[in-house]
Amino acid sequence: MVTYIIRRILMGILVLILVSLVVFFALRLLPGDPALIYVSGQSGGQGVTEERLQEVRKEFGLDKPIPVQYWNWVKGVVTGDLGTSIRYQQDVGKLFAQRFPVTLILGFFSVIVSTILGIFFGLVAAIRRGGWIDTLVTFLSYIGLTIPVFLLAFVLIYVLGFKLHWLPIVGWTPPWKDFGMSVKQSIMPVICLATIPLAVTARQMRSSVLEVNNMDYIRTAWSKGLRERVIVTRHILKNSLIPVVTMVGIGVGIIFGGAVIEETIFGIAGVGQLLATSVFARDYVVIQGGALVIATIIVVVNIIVDISYGGLDPRIRYE
Amino acid sequence: MSDQTTCGVPAGEEMLRVKDLETQFRVDEGVVRAVNGVSYSLREREIIGIVGESGCGKSVSQLSIMQLLQRPGKIVGGEVWFEGQNLLEYGPKSAEMRAIRGGKISMIFQEPMTSLNPVLTIGRQLTESLELHLGMNKKEARARATQLLDLVGIPSPASRLDDYPHQFSGGMRQRVMIAIGVACQPKMVIADEPTTALDCTTQAQLLELMLSTIDACKGSLVLVTHNLGVVARYSQRIYIMYAGKIVEQGLCRDIFYRPRHPYTVGLLKSVPRLDEVRGHRLVPIVGTPPNLIDLPPTCAFYPRCSERTERCLTEPWPDLTAADGEGHLVRCYNPAERTGE
Amino acid sequence: MSEVFVMDAPETVAAPRVSEWKRFLKILFQRKLVVFGVFVLLCLVLVAIFAPLIAQYDPYKNDMAHSLQSPSSQHWLGTDNLGRDVFSRLVYGARTALEVGFGTVAFAAILGVILGLLAGFLGGWTNAIIMRAMDTLMAFPMIVLALLLVAVLGAGIQNVIIALGVATVPGYTRLMCGTTLSVRENEYILAQRAIGAKSLRTMVRHVLPNAIQPVIVLVTTMLGNVILAEASLSFLGIGIKPPGAAWGSMASAGFRDLGTHPLLSFAPALAIMLVVFAFNMVGDGLRDALDPKLRGKL
Repeated sequence: MVTYIIRRILMGILVLILVSLVVFFALRLLPGDPALIYVSGQSGGQGVTEERLQEVRKEFGLDKPIPVQYWNWVKGVVTGDLGTSIRYQQDVGKLFAQRFPVTLILGFFSVIVSTILGIFFGLVAAIRRGGWIDTLVTFLSYIGLTIPVFLLAFVLIYVLGFKLHWLPIVGWTPPWKDFGMSVKQSIMPVICLATIPLAVTARQMRSSVLEVNNMDYIRTAWSKGLRERVIVTRHILKNSLIPVVTMVGIGVGIIFGGAVIEETIFGIAGVGQLLATSVFARDYVVIQGGALVIATIIVVVNIIVDISYGGLDPRIRYE
Repeated sequence: MSDQTTCGVPAGEEMLRVKDLETQFRVDEGVVRAVNGVSYSLREREIIGIVGESGCGKSVSQLSIMQLLQRPGKIVGGEVWFEGQNLLEYGPKSAEMRAIRGGKISMIFQEPMTSLNPVLTIGRQLTESLELHLGMNKKEARARATQLLDLVGIPSPASRLDDYPHQFSGGMRQRVMIAIGVACQPKMVIADEPTTALDCTTQAQLLELMLSTIDACKGSLVLVTHNLGVVARYSQRIYIMYAGKIVEQGLCRDIFYRPRHPYTVGLLKSVPRLDEVRGHRLVPIVGTPPNLIDLPPTCAFYPRCSERTERCLTEPWPDLTAADGEGHLVRCYNPAERTGE
Repeated sequence: MSEVFVMDAPETVAAPRVSEWKRFLKILFQRKLVVFGVFVLLCLVLVAIFAPLIAQYDPYKNDMAHSLQSPSSQHWLGTDNLGRDVFSRLVYGARTALEVGFGTVAFAAILGVILGLLAGFLGGWTNAIIMRAMDTLMAFPMIVLALLLVAVLGAGIQNVIIALGVATVPGYTRLMCGTTLSVRENEYILAQRAIGAKSLRTMVRHVLPNAIQPVIVLVTTMLGNVILAEASLSFLGIGIKPPGAAWGSMASAGFRDLGTHPLLSFAPALAIMLVVFAFNMVGDGLRDALDPKLRGKL
């Protein structure tokens, strides 16, 4: 188990190094002079002179060889220095510090909701295979997989906001400032974020339970005279969760992707909205930092997921 | 060699009577009549053998008795009388049926590698039936589980309770399966090809072990197998199944020395026998078992039969009729007269 | 009595061989939702081809005098805030969707198939490098990676295709690598290599027939996913530049008038969903019809 964890963590570190290379070279090797983008972004297209460009290049170390630039950049990233935003003229780390908590809180609840409900619905559908619940869950999961996040948001806003006036349409308040308001403002965003991973998890869980249900050891369990509830909770659930745990890692990715849209629609000042508006402004420093941080979170979540496999599956634990 | 010792006339009260059991599987291609009117009985402390090629319905008939069929399998007719009660009147998930399963009738399956839950400890898989049927608490169940593992010959049983199935070898796992099977001292054990997946020496050891443990708890055994050698050695009565029907039944010695059905004759010729003259050639049965979808009403063995007549094609499959010998019945228009060489 | 049994043809005759193609069509159209999906996609393709004939208005022409009209016999789905006919813009949006969809999938599939073949065939370091690179790409959510690339390359249909293509390459690469490895293990190939036919060409000739079916299934499902992703990018205003008719940007523009004119945003959003749904259904149907063993793997 220890060697398994160590191997998994080393693999994760390797992927993280590669992620940083992708993020770095995406901006350095592709057409477009970062200094030019910086200068023109700063001054609104005016004052772009060769001297100014040289100045900026020197300031940001752009005149050094690429490997040195990469090394300096990594050194900065590790110490929390993600550079200065072109648009906000502010430390990117500080920008993220304000906005990541918002995204993470909403994302966390979305992961919880989608995982728990997905496992539950998938399980029930599989156990009552062919019944109306199964048909309903299967159909809804198809919808969930294909509905654009913004369509879901439109429906929610139109019905719950404009027609019924139940929930506020824009903005988000942290729970420590106004708990009631925060809950109200979180409902629609969390539904938007959780729907796709919920559908993915439910589908995976359903097919996983159906597969486990056909195993010889489930027949053995029935032959012991156990109650159906015991068979499901003790014998089926743990076995079928093993492939579903992977979905948590995938779900986190989907949720970060969805946050870009969801935060833009609901006017929530999180990382997703920051990234969307930064692309508009071609504020590549922010995008670079955002992509790096998000990919890091996803890699770390996947490591945790893989390690928690060991907790579910003794065959891995003892390898 | 074992004529006197194991093929004796059975004693004891009748405890199980299966009457006209019919089980079908509805699939896209049609209806598979896996069990097609099977009747048999079992007495206390008796060992019977149900023999046939794979796919003849022998396993399905046993799963039907336990009501453990997976969809699309369905019992469509018949009765299963056990202790004065027709078990088929109980629903598959009813409390009554659950009390029977594992408590009074238990099953030992053929695949030791896949029949144990990979994520539960051996101890848990043993104690759960003990807690359920015998009302033991955790501590008692654990102590009993240790005894059981010891009984089936697993070294240092107490420490192995917390191990997982993948830490056991195939033979060891089958020992665990036997321990689970006899855990609650059932009146009846159904062993479905209990040793097929194992190598020869382990097979013999485990069969002996199984019989002695079942004997120790005064239970009866239904031995389901394709291996006539195994039943010859241990069982008192034998049922031969073909294409969902019993084609011949009788005492062990009648089946072995006076087989009447051409299929039984063929089966006997295809297994090596220690009491045969040396140089006797083994003769396989030609052809393959029939597809159980849309069987003709006539004898299903016809295409492979050496004794077939006109009548076999024109008239439906005959009923079981008496042959010489106690309870010796055969389902054939043209039974072999005497095939003992 | 030691007579051997009379040999006879075994009774278990296999069902008469229906031609593969018929069996394929039968399974494919067994499910009603697949039929529905095929129908939707056919309509989509026809609409995209005959867009100028179907649309009654110029999708790009502003007409401020007739802005924000409700549906009528002249404007079936009403007009948007700039007075453009919503129906006509929807029709032209089908073109954009298909253009991006097919462009991206072709780009990603070709690149992915080649990389996967190389990784599987050459093995060793090449495999390690290619597959780790794919792991890396998969560490990013598709939208975030696309944002990164679009931020560098700039908006526009071509750059969206490149960005989404890069983001979806890993799926094809993994699939091809897996197929190639399993074919390489095949004894037949081992025999061929033993007689000296060890070349990439032999490999390609044996791998492609095995890989073609799963790739077709993956391509179909990916078409849906990619169109959905393009819609998201356009919704954010960084995909197709205005005034281009993209469903995503139409939905985004209509969002401002959601309370009063819900159709402006619902119509394009529903169109996207319908198409994505159809691609998914057809993909599932193809998977089941081509090879039931693929179920759950793709």
